[in-house]
Amino acid sequence: MAIRKFQNASGFFIRLLLFGLTVFLSQVASADAAPAGKVSAKRLVTENGMTVVLQEAHSLPVVNIQMIIKAGAVLDPEEKAGLAHLTASLLDEGTATRSSIQIADAIDFIGAELSTRGGDDYASASLRVLKKDLAAGLDLLSDILTRPSFPEPELQRIRQEILGQLIAEKDEPSTVADKAFNQIVFGAHPYHRPTEGTEQTLPTIARADVARFYDQHYRPNNTIMTIVGDITESETVDFLKTYFGSWPQKLIPTATFPPAAGLEKPTVKLIDKDLTQANMILGHLGIDRRNPDYYAVTVMNYILGGGGFASRLMTNLRDNQGLAYSINSHFQAGAFPGSFSVSLQTRNAAAQQAIDGVLAELRKIRTLPVTDRELGETQAYLIGSFPLRMDTSAKIAGLLAQIEYYNLGLDYAERYPKLIGSVTKTDIRRVAQKYLDPDHLALVVVAKQDEAKIREN
Amino acid sequence: MPSLFYLLLASFLFLPIAPAQARTLQTQTLANGLKVILVEEHKAPVVTIQVWYRAGSRNEVTGKTGLAHLTEHMMFKGTPKYGKGEFSRSIARVGGTENAFTGKDYTAYFENLSADQVGLALNLESDRMTNLLLDTKEFQLEREVVKEERRLRTDDDPQSLVVEHLFATAFLVHPYHAPIIGWMTDLNNLERNDVTAFYKRFYSPNNAILVIVGDIDPKKLLPKIQQTFGKVPKGFPVAPFRIAEPEQTGERRFVIKKEAQLPFVFAGYPVPNFFHPDNYALGVLANILFSGKSSRLYRSLVYEKKLALDIGGDYPNLSANPDLFYIYGVPQPGRTADELEKALYAEIEKLKTEPVTDPELQKAKNQIEAGFIMGQDSNFYRAMQIGIAEAVGAGYAYQESYVENIQKVTKEDLGRAARTYLIEDRRTVGILLPQPRQDKD
Repeated sequence: MAIRKFQNASGFFIRLLLFGLTVFLSQVASADAAPAGKVSAKRLVTENGMTVVLQEAHSLPVVNIQMIIKAGAVLDPEEKAGLAHLTASLLDEGTATRSSIQIADAIDFIGAELSTRGGDDYASASLRVLKKDLAAGLDLLSDILTRPSFPEPELQRIRQEILGQLIAEKDEPSTVADKAFNQIVFGAHPYHRPTEGTEQTLPTIARADVARFYDQHYRPNNTIMTIVGDITESETVDFLKTYFGSWPQKLIPTATFPPAAGLEKPTVKLIDKDLTQANMILGHLGIDRRNPDYYAVTVMNYILGGGGFASRLMTNLRDNQGLAYSINSHFQAGAFPGSFSVSLQTRNAAAQQAIDGVLAELRKIRTLPVTDRELGETQAYLIGSFPLRMDTSAKIAGLLAQIEYYNLGLDYAERYPKLIGSVTKTDIRRVAQKYLDPDHLALVVVAKQDEAKIREN
Repeated sequence: MPSLFYLLLASFLFLPIAPAQARTLQTQTLANGLKVILVEEHKAPVVTIQVWYRAGSRNEVTGKTGLAHLTEHMMFKGTPKYGKGEFSRSIARVGGTENAFTGKDYTAYFENLSADQVGLALNLESDRMTNLLLDTKEFQLEREVVKEERRLRTDDDPQSLVVEHLFATAFLVHPYHAPIIGWMTDLNNLERNDVTAFYKRFYSPNNAILVIVGDIDPKKLLPKIQQTFGKVPKGFPVAPFRIAEPEQTGERRFVIKKEAQLPFVFAGYPVPNFFHPDNYALGVLANILFSGKSSRLYRSLVYEKKLALDIGGDYPNLSANPDLFYIYGVPQPGRTADELEKALYAEIEKLKTEPVTDPELQKAKNQIEAGFIMGQDSNFYRAMQIGIAEAVGAGYAYQESYVENIQKVTKEDLGRAARTYLIEDRRTVGILLPQPRQDKD
């Protein structure tokens, strides 16, 4: 029930696809039937420029659809932060022919799940529907994506809800910490803003802003659709024509962004709240998803603090010192360099001890090689767990959307073992030295500060 | 990582297994009493293994709350054969994921991994069913971790404090009174020997269920189960659970005052569980009230009246003993807890006096049926549905016939259930009243 900021770890790029008008679909790539658990998807591009990836899965009478529209919060004007998120939130609140109530009634009556979300790099929409109700589900999905009407009363209501959620979030220490952290780390880059906007920017957004943002960015040639489920290629071709064929493509405006400059000196922000625990996040700028070092960084971060119970941070701070329940490190790698961060909570009085413990681990992985065992076990986990990332249709749909968004290729699952397996101990030390900088950290601590007693230098 | 289920935060739905899938289900009870349930699902080369113990926070006694959950944490601290950390590392090394969760009625452990590694999970799980080390130093460290977990999830979350207090108020006698994570003073007082005793008493094959769903061949798998779990000695018989909550005869109310931004209203009504035929009507009522943007609470309080920022509720049909049908809401900034509370009750009263419409009833049934078909997509979810039903005493057959029984619910059943159970004199209500902070920035 807690209302949380939607964070994604994906990217943004702009490209206009123009394909011939003679055939509605052009099949660009297709992997032949692969063994169960492998990606055996087909990629199509519609006449109006929508990229579609289909994987048939007939074991259940269910169809999952995931859509990515390159219309994320990075595109918001600074003074109208929250525009992209508000636009996505309003898609299912009224169309040319249906009211908000009619949409909700229709989708619930067939027991389907339809949702839209605004993220930093892109907006997304998803549909999960029984095969027997596929036509009704697609009718609704296409209606909200291609003909939303953004009724003024619904805009007012949704904006009030988001403003209310911003207030409620102040009771979530980790959200308070994350927002302050992003402000420090990202400088002028749009990632510094909360996806859903602020109490200052939201009231300035008018219906005309939403309509314009929609008109510019919600276009088939700016959209990826993945379909996984009980549906054939020819059925897919038919429904694309019927439901998305008349969605007009349009040239997408290009956008440029100020870069996020690194921190020149360590920055500490202390936020006082009446809490029993200090909630801490520390880190700095990281990498984007297209960075060639992405896989070496993935392996390095798993060893440091990404690898659940196997990680060094978990072992040393939780298992050996009992300092935290949850501790992890994370590279948020999207279209632009995201953050590298370590998050943890401990009782107020142990806050400095925990921070020192994290710093020691950051320094250690930069200076000493990881062991053969650590490297081997990490590679074994990352490679071996790939099938678990594809063990439900909904997960496959999400993975395919990422694969398409980052141009990873439909053979990504087959290439992944090599991408991870070729990382060496030397690579790990190199990327640790390059992408971890314990001397230029941003540190945010939300705590009862007179108990936490954080060193500020 | 080991975690516990919170009523409000439970991220799964209590939905049943498809009858069509039942044909692939096989069940067998080993000589030592372990119940084994296997489901073949060959769509991906993966498998989930879950071991369910009929031991949760309801099996704790006064002064020892949090023991079931702390025992869960200690299950990762090693045996003579697989030392500290070795369990998790062994599973990760083959690309598997593993974790555990503690509920009021059960504690469950699971591994999701490649189908050809199922033997490894059987070795590890059967080993820690009987050979746990329970080192004193590890116990002391882990107790600190659990205290951090309590601070994180409860002490620093005003809404969680209300939920915790509500169960403590609604249940005077039955151990559903206590939070799964345990009271902080109890956590401070727990000793290593408490864990040892709890482990010896409840962690035995005759008090457990092994559920495996995935790309398996039962003919080949059963001998492996015999060679591993089959060798675990039978434990003490677990005495039947006899504690029952006396009937409530008047509303109970409390207020929590904490630094917070917004009020919170939480109300619970004692209701029967799966054992009672009315459980199906209560399930449909919960759906009509809470499920989706077309649900009554969302439509009325969030959409039309703009009174609530957030609303919700649930009916936990799969509790071993009668539990609470609960309902909650957060008012929009500027609106009061009192207004919201009255509006919540107005929606409940409407269910007693005006029959739901045919389309509304049909919608609820469609949602429940669709939800259960869609749930079949996940091995983990399917195994959970079986495990919960078995652990609480409903049995997997309850799940198999759930949708069929839901289809039989009538409008009259709904009105009667609302009038019987959702009444003021049986209600417990908790209110969070936000306090301004003692400022000193």
